[in-house]
Amino acid sequence: MVEAARRTSPLEGRAFRGHGIVLAPAAPASRLSLRAAEEALPALSKALGLSLPRRPKTSAAEGGRAALWLGPDEWLVIDEQGADLPALAAGVSALHSAVDISHRNTAILVSGKRAEEVLAAGCPQDLCEARFPVGAASRTVFGKAEIVLWRTGKTVFRVECWRSFSDYVFSLLEKAARETM
Amino acid sequence: MLLIYCPYCEEERPELEFRHAGEAHIARPENIAGISDEAFERYFFIRSNPKGIAYERWRHIHGCARFFNAARDTVSDRFLATYRTGEPKPRLEGEGQ
Repeated sequence: MVEAARRTSPLEGRAFRGHGIVLAPAAPASRLSLRAAEEALPALSKALGLSLPRRPKTSAAEGGRAALWLGPDEWLVIDEQGADLPALAAGVSALHSAVDISHRNTAILVSGKRAEEVLAAGCPQDLCEARFPVGAASRTVFGKAEIVLWRTGKTVFRVECWRSFSDYVFSLLEKAARETM
Repeated sequence: MLLIYCPYCEEERPELEFRHAGEAHIARPENIAGISDEAFERYFFIRSNPKGIAYERWRHIHGCARFFNAARDTVSDRFLATYRTGEPKPRLEGEGQ
């Protein structure tokens, strides 16, 4: 008897829609934790098909793929088409570390005109558009969980968190969405 | 909440993203197996604990994850300067003490 394993999202079936706010789990994606020194960046950028950002709190997106600056030598690469990112990085001979974290993380999309306000319930960073513009990305905290926050649009944020924290993060977002109404 | 300037993120961030990591500028002895117990005690346990300007290591653990150094006034709790790991202590004239 062979039973095929089915991988389920930890947030399957969760959703919230309120006045000016929509919370939804993001579709599965492949993800790479990339560490590399300056010398390896041109080759890695070429292999991944986007220019790895060098400035703090920035990101680069190309098609359905994005690289988020996390630290001076650290990026989170997300591919929404589920491309085999480690294979792309494996072709680069320059010294780097590329770890597949596709299933360590999951993401929640927070959108609507109250998105900033709802996120501010748990995130201590200044999220106004002047300080956290479209394209800005940063590792930070939401309540007691570490997240990577990425502003993909004027009123759209992607919250990347560890799979095991996702129930907590979603529940806290939902609570904030209900209470700040 | 304190706002701490991260020298790698190049902006002020809320203190919840940071963790304190002990006194800065403590050099590990090169021949650590060969030094006396007293010398090891001085290196390992004894800290300057000043009233006034203290040099501390901090880590932006929930941000860029980098360690950096900070000069802080232990009386006012104010951050006087932060600087990257490996950089010399900044000169802080007319502050604290």
